[in-house]
Amino acid sequence: MYPPVFEYQAPDTLEGALAALAELGDEGRVLAGGQSLIPMMKLRLAAPSHLVDINRIGELSYVRRENGSLCIGALARHNDVVGSAEAKASGVVSSAAPWISDPLVRNRGTVCGSVAHCDPEGDWNSVMLAARADVIAQSSAGSRSIGIDDFIVSFFTNALEPGEMVTGVCIPIPSGPSGGAYMKLERKIGDYATVGVATQLELASNGTIAQAGIGLTAVNYQNTRASAAEDLLRGETPSDELFAEAGAAAAAASDPQTDVRGDAEWKRNVVAVYTRRGLAKALASATS
Amino acid sequence: MQININVNGSDHSLDVEPRRLLVDAIRSDLGLKGTHIGCDTTSCGACTVLVDGTPVKSCTMFAVQADGSSVTTVEGLKGADGLSAVQQGFAAEHGLQCGFCTPGMMLVSTALLEENPDPSEDDIRWAISGNICRCTGYVNIVKAVQWAAAAARNGGEEG
Repeated sequence: MYPPVFEYQAPDTLEGALAALAELGDEGRVLAGGQSLIPMMKLRLAAPSHLVDINRIGELSYVRRENGSLCIGALARHNDVVGSAEAKASGVVSSAAPWISDPLVRNRGTVCGSVAHCDPEGDWNSVMLAARADVIAQSSAGSRSIGIDDFIVSFFTNALEPGEMVTGVCIPIPSGPSGGAYMKLERKIGDYATVGVATQLELASNGTIAQAGIGLTAVNYQNTRASAAEDLLRGETPSDELFAEAGAAAAAASDPQTDVRGDAEWKRNVVAVYTRRGLAKALASATS
Repeated sequence: MQININVNGSDHSLDVEPRRLLVDAIRSDLGLKGTHIGCDTTSCGACTVLVDGTPVKSCTMFAVQADGSSVTTVEGLKGADGLSAVQQGFAAEHGLQCGFCTPGMMLVSTALLEENPDPSEDDIRWAISGNICRCTGYVNIVKAVQWAAAAARNGGEEG
């Protein structure tokens, strides 16, 4: 299978990439890892007329701590996060990284590419919702930070303007005791999630829940924050009963489709169970 | 576009369209048919090659992206002393049946042993988890990699 014809450039500086995108406007598309974009082009689901390949921009290949956040650059591969000591600062990020697709895709695909792709079956945006991450968007006119809730607009649709690209994503590291987990049910390695649940808990000094984050994968038309479940948790003392209630609330926020991976009712049950278990894991690491 | 790639130690200059997939540049432009096309949808790993030492699916990378890189295909595994330890392991433990996935399996195994000379069974299964084999059930593939790891540790002697 072959993609439609396109023009190609591979600038070696960020300025060069932003200048190219500014000139191309709607016609330009960023090529990072290409592990979603290239298959979509081969299937003719995407047909960009110009690709701006950012793989030669070494300055975008970082996983580092910055002003109390874990920041992941646009060229950091999934596998760079798997192997990163810095990424351990965020339990939900380091727990999700080994679950992304398969080892070969992790060697090439990028975290920021997945974030920008906004595939509701993608794992990273649920993680970013749970961790309340900010997406850094840059154009030749400047840079802005977009909260993940605003960045995810809809099914395969993000908040970038023409000429903008994602240059990084920053995940705030909670100041108090915290933990996180990504729970993913998949039929086989490399398959999309049947259901994925990202959880993060931050505890106050009295042991109550200061902040809770829950992001859901593959159960709605976009990655979804389980807000009602988060509200139930905030300010409360953690307990198995509370986590079960949060699981039920997360399931109620799910509207999965019946497909080859399972029927909708069963998937909703998986959301309830995975939310409960994920919260228990998050609590265990926050208190250990 | 004109690109320069080193494949299995030899420099090549190719004139390719930007949409030319790396796997087709390897198979059709360079005539190295050991790299297989299985699913063509980034799922099976049959087209695995090493790009600057890292295993990737060559059906999901454009040849222009490999400009300036060193690529290793299955044809490049054999050294001056004959078959590599991984290749010998696949032969000794019969780590294949139809053989279609074998080039990819051997390349990910080579990259694994480069990074981790003494992998556990779990490490091996993890490393090959992006490569699908429809015949073996993976048992002999795991044994083949263990054989290669032991042989390399014992200085080339059988493990």
